[in-house]
Amino acid sequence: MEQILANGIYLGAQYAMIALGLTLIFALMNVLNFAHGQMYVLGGFVTYTFYGQLGWPFVLALLASCITLAVLGALIERFLFAPVIRRSSREESTMLLAAGLAFLFDAIILLVFGEKQRGVPKIVDGVFNWDFRLIMPYDRILICILAILSIVSFILFMQYSKTGRALRALAQDRTAAQLMGVNVARYSMIGFALGAMLAGLVGGLLVTITGVNLGMGGPTSIKAFMMVMIGGAGVISGAIAGGIILGFLEAIGLAVLSQYGDITYLLIFVSLMIFLAIRPQGLMGKPWG
Amino acid sequence: MFLLAIFIAVPSFIAAAGRSDLYYTLTAVALLSIASAGVWLTFYIGRINIGQGAFALIGAYVSAILVTKVGMSFWLSLPLSGLFAAGVAIVIGVPILRLRGVYFAMISLVLTQVVTLTALALPVTNGAKGITSIPLPGGVSILGLTLIPDFATLENPRLAFYYAACVLMVLTFGAMYRLVNSRLGHLCRSMQQNEELASSIGVNISYIRVIVFAISSFLGGIGGAMFGSIAQSVYPSSFQVADSVNFMLNCFLGGLGYVFGPMLGTLVLYFGWDLLFELGRFQLLAYSSLLIILMLFLPNGLLSLRLPGKKGADK
Repeated sequence: MEQILANGIYLGAQYAMIALGLTLIFALMNVLNFAHGQMYVLGGFVTYTFYGQLGWPFVLALLASCITLAVLGALIERFLFAPVIRRSSREESTMLLAAGLAFLFDAIILLVFGEKQRGVPKIVDGVFNWDFRLIMPYDRILICILAILSIVSFILFMQYSKTGRALRALAQDRTAAQLMGVNVARYSMIGFALGAMLAGLVGGLLVTITGVNLGMGGPTSIKAFMMVMIGGAGVISGAIAGGIILGFLEAIGLAVLSQYGDITYLLIFVSLMIFLAIRPQGLMGKPWG
Repeated sequence: MFLLAIFIAVPSFIAAAGRSDLYYTLTAVALLSIASAGVWLTFYIGRINIGQGAFALIGAYVSAILVTKVGMSFWLSLPLSGLFAAGVAIVIGVPILRLRGVYFAMISLVLTQVVTLTALALPVTNGAKGITSIPLPGGVSILGLTLIPDFATLENPRLAFYYAACVLMVLTFGAMYRLVNSRLGHLCRSMQQNEELASSIGVNISYIRVIVFAISSFLGGIGGAMFGSIAQSVYPSSFQVADSVNFMLNCFLGGLGYVFGPMLGTLVLYFGWDLLFELGRFQLLAYSSLLIILMLFLPNGLLSLRLPGKKGADK
């Protein structure tokens, strides 16, 4: 039981971070970022390159992941999403662009890093063992703590900094924010960069445990969509709640249902559909997003 | 004109060029465009549908099971698989069609995953091994008059499949064109713009959107069933999330405002992918870059290029 709870917290913290980036981008620009999983994989590969290949300290490599993805996100917003949103007659067109980007990232990752599974040496050795009731490697605990710390600092940043306030205003009402003197174009870019950075950060954190490979992008995106749907699209607290709920469901399902084979996800999907039929806007979302 | 082109000009051109593998590509385009037409129809009532892969997979499995286990003729199983997919769509559609915008897009994406996982788990679908060696479609004759010859006895089944797929495609798009210009089409357009308003002037929106979703899934089921029959096998991975996304991309690329958009979009995307095969490992890179560039410069779809002329003809 303790083991399941610990696994749930560990999975939930990671998932919440992935969902946060996605929901941030969605709240600001109304863009469903199909490429989010690929950004996460890219972040993992950058950390792999700097930490695993070049032997930089882990923290620096993580920082490199964040910066790479943030710059990439800013460029993508400035030169791809902003013009398309301006020109297109239907806002759904951005979904095509996002799907194209997902393919593009896949192609780039394939060309630059190859299709093999990559891993890096452990950052901390040893396993935490509490009377064989709770077994957890130290590096997982460390990653879990780091993830929770980043979530907390992200929330603080959104609550109290000037940029955070501007971003929240933008998410609430674009026109009103503009009238209050918020530079909409600039903060959209910052928001997208921040969302991409979060994806890169999780990728960098997780490469130390699960490693990283090309095929992880798509499934990660789907999981992130699910979390956002559970919590409600475009709401930060919802993304965190969704991530933690999915993490626990997965941990419990894998422990309880393991003898029936791979039906955990089937059950999660089905219950998600029933849940959404009853409450279409998710736990904390505004009706009709 | 167009009929002449696909039924006479294309086969004779292929015969002249000696590239009979093109038949397979064109057949695939025809079938995928049928499924994409379904997606387009759900766009028409203002829903982003990324779940067509689910219904294509359902259709493919129903047809495969009916043909192999029950021993039914393929031509009978084809409409049945479409109807089955439509039935599933009605059951699922009643709750999930209440969702809108991104929520519907995401749940339909999840739906694809659900069907894939169900196909893996159920015994009748034979798990990950799938159903293989489905017989080719048999003949149909009424009163001794052979309407459709037995595909297995033909010396060129590819050509036969090409014709069958094209006939289906022409029927589909003819029906779509009628539908869009019918009373139902006008009601759909009113829903696309504002559902509350449509419902306040007496349009039964929940009925219409379920009907439209069912038609859309019917088309998906038929496309999938035919595909399964050509490949002579069905696996849970025959139609995946990526395929669902592709169906949606076809519609976007062709242009959401035009009935024939999905056809053109499918043709361009599928052929583009095949042509870029020469580039080897840069295929995906070039393909996705082209997609992004197209989106940057023609965000309203390829058919928007000839917007003025088309608009006059449509209205």
